[in-house]
Amino acid sequence: MRKLRALLLRLKGLFHKNDRDFADELESHLQMHIDDNIRAGMSPQDARRTAVMKLGGVDQTKEAYRDRATLPLLESLVQDLRFTLRQLRKNPAFTVTATAMVALGMGASVAIFAFVDAALIKPLPYHNTSRLLFVTETTPDIPRAAISYLDYLDWKKLNRVFDSMDVYGARGYVISTSAGVEMVPGARTSDGLFRTLGVTPVLGRDFYQGEDLPDAPRTVIISYASWQKRFGGKQEIIGQSITLYEVPYTVIGVLPQNFHFAPVENAEFWTTLHPGSTGCDARRSCHYLNGVARLKEGISTEAALADLKRIAKDLETQYPDSNRGQGATVAPLSEVIVGDVKPILLLLLGGAGLLLLIACINVASLLLVRSETRRRELSVRRALGATRMRLIRQFVIEGLVIVAAGTVAGLLSSHWTMQILSGLIPTDMMAGMPYLNDLGLNPRVLMFALVIAILATALFSLSPALQLSTLDVREGMAEGARGSAGKAWTRIGSKLVILELTTAMVLLVGAGLLGKSFYRLLQVDTNFETKNLITMRIRAPLSAYGEDPQALALQRKIVDEIKRLPGVTAVALADTLPLTFNGNTDWIRFVGRAYSGEHNEVNERGVSPDYFTTLQANLLRGRMFTDAEDLGKPQVVVINQTLAKKYFPGEDPIGQRFGDHNLDPKSIKEIVGIVDDIREGTLESEIWPAYYYSLNQQPDITYSLVVRTSQAEQSIMPTVADSIRLIDSRITTSYQTTMTARVNEAPTVYLRRSSTWLVGGFAAVALLLGVIGLYGVIAYSVSQRTREIGVRIALGAQRGMVYRLILKEAGVLALGGIVIGTGCAILAASLMRKLLFGTPPWDITTLVCVAAVLGASALLASFLPARRAASVDPISALRAE
Amino acid sequence: MTTKTEIWQGTLALMILKTLDTLGPLHGYGIARRIEQTSGDLLSLNYGTLYPSLLKLEQEGWINSEWGVSENNRKAKYYKLTRSGRKQLEREAKEWNQTTAIVARFFAPMEEQS
Repeated sequence: MRKLRALLLRLKGLFHKNDRDFADELESHLQMHIDDNIRAGMSPQDARRTAVMKLGGVDQTKEAYRDRATLPLLESLVQDLRFTLRQLRKNPAFTVTATAMVALGMGASVAIFAFVDAALIKPLPYHNTSRLLFVTETTPDIPRAAISYLDYLDWKKLNRVFDSMDVYGARGYVISTSAGVEMVPGARTSDGLFRTLGVTPVLGRDFYQGEDLPDAPRTVIISYASWQKRFGGKQEIIGQSITLYEVPYTVIGVLPQNFHFAPVENAEFWTTLHPGSTGCDARRSCHYLNGVARLKEGISTEAALADLKRIAKDLETQYPDSNRGQGATVAPLSEVIVGDVKPILLLLLGGAGLLLLIACINVASLLLVRSETRRRELSVRRALGATRMRLIRQFVIEGLVIVAAGTVAGLLSSHWTMQILSGLIPTDMMAGMPYLNDLGLNPRVLMFALVIAILATALFSLSPALQLSTLDVREGMAEGARGSAGKAWTRIGSKLVILELTTAMVLLVGAGLLGKSFYRLLQVDTNFETKNLITMRIRAPLSAYGEDPQALALQRKIVDEIKRLPGVTAVALADTLPLTFNGNTDWIRFVGRAYSGEHNEVNERGVSPDYFTTLQANLLRGRMFTDAEDLGKPQVVVINQTLAKKYFPGEDPIGQRFGDHNLDPKSIKEIVGIVDDIREGTLESEIWPAYYYSLNQQPDITYSLVVRTSQAEQSIMPTVADSIRLIDSRITTSYQTTMTARVNEAPTVYLRRSSTWLVGGFAAVALLLGVIGLYGVIAYSVSQRTREIGVRIALGAQRGMVYRLILKEAGVLALGGIVIGTGCAILAASLMRKLLFGTPPWDITTLVCVAAVLGASALLASFLPARRAASVDPISALRAE
Repeated sequence: MTTKTEIWQGTLALMILKTLDTLGPLHGYGIARRIEQTSGDLLSLNYGTLYPSLLKLEQEGWINSEWGVSENNRKAKYYKLTRSGRKQLEREAKEWNQTTAIVARFFAPMEEQS
């Protein structure tokens, strides 16, 4: 306590100097002593001299007193700080450049790190997430295939490795609001999903065990956002009844605010499975669920996988029709939730890190040049008695001030960068990445910034401090001195420049490869015309259109009505849009061929008769569907080219027939046409065999509408939605968009485009900084060698020779950077191989182009100093010193 | 002097406190003279070293100071023991006595030890 009080008083003494008071006290002390001495018989002069001597010197006493009155260390620190600020103010160009570079590097890397933190570091809102596994089946073609309900029941019952296992499936719900009917995302789960995740509702209760069985009452748990948005956050919501898709449900709980579960995006309504006794739930071959399981204590992921594979094998022998080839797979749940963006985020973090490195190196070399020009000042201070520590401290404080200013500016800019970047993410994609919602400068991100700041300060204060060791006081003070240190700096500086150019090269190559991959991806042929297509999801009420004839009539009516709108040239329906995914498959068996129970897995797509004409897909052989081929007529299908090639090599598929594994007469379909491979999956996925059946023959109440327009899609879109509502106000429309937008905002395209732009931006800045660094080194070297060049010219050297001299110096550095950079770039590119598409990491064109760009920029940067060197006037150069 | 610094710094504060305790409020010059006299002129101190010690004691709250007038009508700053300063003096005096007693035993004649 006493010590603290003393410390505070001393701290106060720093700002409230009270030197006068002590001077008075000292004066009175001396006077009293002098009085005594005179009384003892001394002369006044002797009396004063003795008194001062006895005191130990007036100034010494004052200094000792002041040291106690204030904190001497802190006081000199404040002095150094003032001096630094004065120095920096005197040299605004340097200060602004250095601060801006630190801010740039800091801003970029902190912003990217915040994304990395939100996606990869911040724990997911579940209990002990590392013990949670994502569990699915596999097929020979699909690495992660959904589970069927009956398989789930067996897995749950027979496994010995899980504390619990639950399943969920995404599903949309139609609700009635004041604005009409609306489609809202939701999910169906088994009763224990939230218990398995370790999540408890903030309000109400979780599902009871057994609440997912057919005879249990219908209940729903709602998301926090939905509770706030739709129900005003009222407590009374619990126990209320809401109608989802024409069925009443009782609200029993509200999920916590921070809860999110990316696989079902922003699901608002969570209901239980309530399996039906017929339909998909009753068929072991109908896969539509995904599993989440919690590992038992002490069980490894591998052991769990082995156990599931054992069960899958047993089921395969037990139910060969449905389970042949159905394996099992597990993955950490966190990997499934953030898996797609992980490599891209790490890539961006790497890019931002390299940018930061290059910025810091640039500032460090600026500081070196500066300390070089301050040799005289340092020598004088040293000669006047400043210790080496004091001078080093000066550098540390200087580094600290620059870094502090840069950090503050960097954090501000990173805050905005984050806002802008997350604003650029399309809404649909953001829904799949709910963990990005609370992006921001949290303690972890600030910690990251702090670590960077400390490292940067160390770098900035160390480099000039090292140079101090070469400081020779006498030489430094000599007029016009040109010590060996100047050359020493050029040596360190040139190494730094090679490092900068290498870094720039790596970033440029990375950006080039990503750009090329992106271009390649967009070049992928979809085999249909993506321009001028409106798409939207339609859902009709089951109560009114549950029977096939009514559903068929509605399909025809929708197509007819929309076709009549101005600006619409063609209309079609499809149960699954192209460029969505490979899946929704069927297992087929060909009539008249040997069959041993294998699963011939092919994409199955229901489309309206005009589908192929609307998409402008190429019919290769045979014919398309006719409108007259509807209910009760023999079933016909159109196959894609891949199916024809795979299953009918050297044969004509037209007229051939296939059906299900039993060749059930109801399942037999005849092939009437072959269409070019419409890309059903994402742009980078393979083409799968596919067959298209006519929705006229198997009508549905939920499908996508595809509208070909003759003018801008956006202007017609609202009219289309309005017309649908006019047909029947109970029909919902959702996901209204255009095919072009679907292509551009598809995650695989979006992630590539954004990473190309970001890494490209980093690379451009890195190139600029690297070239500035090179310019700095060469310009400095020229200024150091002015005299030498003057002598050379005086002795008859040609201007051309001077150019060569300087350009050679720059060329060696640039070449060094390019050669080392090429090696590093190939290494870095093989690390990001997964992100490349149709482009090898050693892509020659990219490497050559980048090397050329870098070389040309380096030449340009060194040309300016070279010209200055060549125009040196030998007389003034020699006279100058 | 210089060889005694270690002990000197530790004990100077104690001497100041004791002096103020005995004589009551006193100025720096008076304290210095008094310490020199009490030591029988065995200690020769630079009076200047007293002032940082006084400041330290004041910062720690053992003493306080105010301006007054000396016996010879000179303006002088008078230091006075505070109540906590008096307690501190008692504590330190006790400690000092214990320490010296212990050290003294080591230098006492051998036969008294048994």
